[in-house]
Amino acid sequence: MQFLDFEKPLEELHNQMNKLKEMSAKNQVDVSATVRELETSIEKTREKIYTNLTPWQRVQLSRHPERPYTLYYIEKIFSNFTELYGDRQVKDDKAMVGGMAELDGMPVMVMGQQKGVNTKMRQLRNFGMANPEGYRKALRLMKMAEKFNRPIVTLIDTPGAYPGLEAEERGQGEAIARNLFEMVNLKVPVICIIIGEGASGGALGIGIGDKVVMLENTWYTVISPESCSSILWRSWNFKEKAAEQLKLTSEDMKGFNLVDDVLPEPVGGAHAKPEEMAAIIKTYLLGALANLNKLSPEQRIDQRIEKFSKMGFYDEVAE
Amino acid sequence: MASTWFRRIKKGILTDTREKKETPDGLWHKCPECKTTNTTQELANHYYVCPKCNYHNRINAAEYFPMLFDNDEYELLFENIVPKDKLGFIDLKPYDARLKDAQKSTGLKDAMSVGAGMINGNGLVIACMNFNFIGGSMGSVVGEKISRGIDYAIEHKLPFMIISKSGGARMMESAFSLMQMAKTSAKLTRLAKAGLPYISFMTDPTTGGVTASYAMLGDINIAEPKALIGFAGPRVIKETIKKDLPSGFQRSEFLLEHGFLDFIVERQNLKQKLSTVIEWYMKGK
Ligand SMILES: [Zn+2]
Repeated sequence: MQFLDFEKPLEELHNQMNKLKEMSAKNQVDVSATVRELETSIEKTREKIYTNLTPWQRVQLSRHPERPYTLYYIEKIFSNFTELYGDRQVKDDKAMVGGMAELDGMPVMVMGQQKGVNTKMRQLRNFGMANPEGYRKALRLMKMAEKFNRPIVTLIDTPGAYPGLEAEERGQGEAIARNLFEMVNLKVPVICIIIGEGASGGALGIGIGDKVVMLENTWYTVISPESCSSILWRSWNFKEKAAEQLKLTSEDMKGFNLVDDVLPEPVGGAHAKPEEMAAIIKTYLLGALANLNKLSPEQRIDQRIEKFSKMGFYDEVAE
Repeated sequence: MASTWFRRIKKGILTDTREKKETPDGLWHKCPECKTTNTTQELANHYYVCPKCNYHNRINAAEYFPMLFDNDEYELLFENIVPKDKLGFIDLKPYDARLKDAQKSTGLKDAMSVGAGMINGNGLVIACMNFNFIGGSMGSVVGEKISRGIDYAIEHKLPFMIISKSGGARMMESAFSLMQMAKTSAKLTRLAKAGLPYISFMTDPTTGGVTASYAMLGDINIAEPKALIGFAGPRVIKETIKKDLPSGFQRSEFLLEHGFLDFIVERQNLKQKLSTVIEWYMKGK
């Protein structure tokens, strides 16, 4: 198990537990009472830590190395997943995955950014930072879903669209812009779930939906706290402060009506009980799709446009 | 042929109530590119383009509108929409104070001005970004004014143009700033459904979320010469790939060669080029 800095008390309890179990195995003494005590203590400590998370701590959780990624959820939530590759123009982007799947027997198209699970895979997945090909592959799959009247689910988890030389040559800006424009007009239901990091245009590029949902310990805004710190504070040392000021948590985002729903995570975060998390997402998807299917395509598109058109704050004064 | 639409609004136009751009005599301007010196008046008479090396100085709505609209007659729209600091964002300076300072130094309310008028006899709505207002950053007011500009264009059956000039999103509006990308793109689909043309004109610089939304969504995407246009900024790219960037990278000419611009137009020819294009779109409609 990997512990984050604010999980220090938990780590200590876990270490005690390990020592205790080792000792009991060696000396063949019954420590079950002490183990039970420690277990209660761990649960209590966990709950205490997790009821008062700061925005920065949530950012840390969203990037937890053991946190489930897109392909994990695809496997747990859907069946008969057939991965589809390529944008039909340049190449296949490994940072964006997607394909056909079934949700309780209902054919859907599912896609999302994929981070690597180990050093080698992190490189292959480009740390979940898609190139234009990734956005164009995603759009290709969405248009296919539309053609065959299948709902679309996107899983968002990215530190941003890749800021590379080739990405610019091949039109990173155009690729994201095109997705925004096209997703607005998709005739089929679209549900977007932020499962980890929701960084800026790279997240939004697959983030226009009838329902945009955040898992509890994720973040979604225009810039990472680190970059925000470096630009506005001109130093990398104000990331905690930037995280607070940006109001990037799921609670804030729901409060602003910039996302539609927040899905609670198990105590300890999604990585503590990944199967439970997957079950929560599945239940939500089934409910939301049932509701969205009651609307006509025109109604869904109109509501989508109206929802995004309302976003923003300003005053209207007498001229 | 002046449309009835314009004759109607023309009554409401009082050019002299707007601040007329007075260029003080005796001020000199040194070209940042070739270092040639001109009087500011000479420069203004030459579209703020260096007569010697063709460098296009950065200008804002106050300069573009008189340059493009016939007889310097146009109506400024939605000036009643002003920014507010809903998040109470504080970095080295409160956002509220930044807004007030920017308003004081520019005389503008925010980084977007919308004007409606005629261009060689055809009606046009132009949403023009002002780089002098917090780096032309895109916040809620920018998005809302584009949104209303599109509604106005649809209502009056007019072509719509955005002049982009922006460092990207306005961080002090956080996710609200991000969502302006979604909002403006969503509204552009309505314009498209109404069968009205959208001309995206990119000027130096057009970067970040502006590039990744409305700037790249034109029926035609056009740009001034040598404008920096990109999603990620050159500094960030350089730090990421740890290599020097080729010369001309992310400039208009580079984008044209890679297929992302319909054409590049010098400011001196902008009005004529635009009129030709608008005529093609709107003739007989
Ligand atoms: Zn010059």
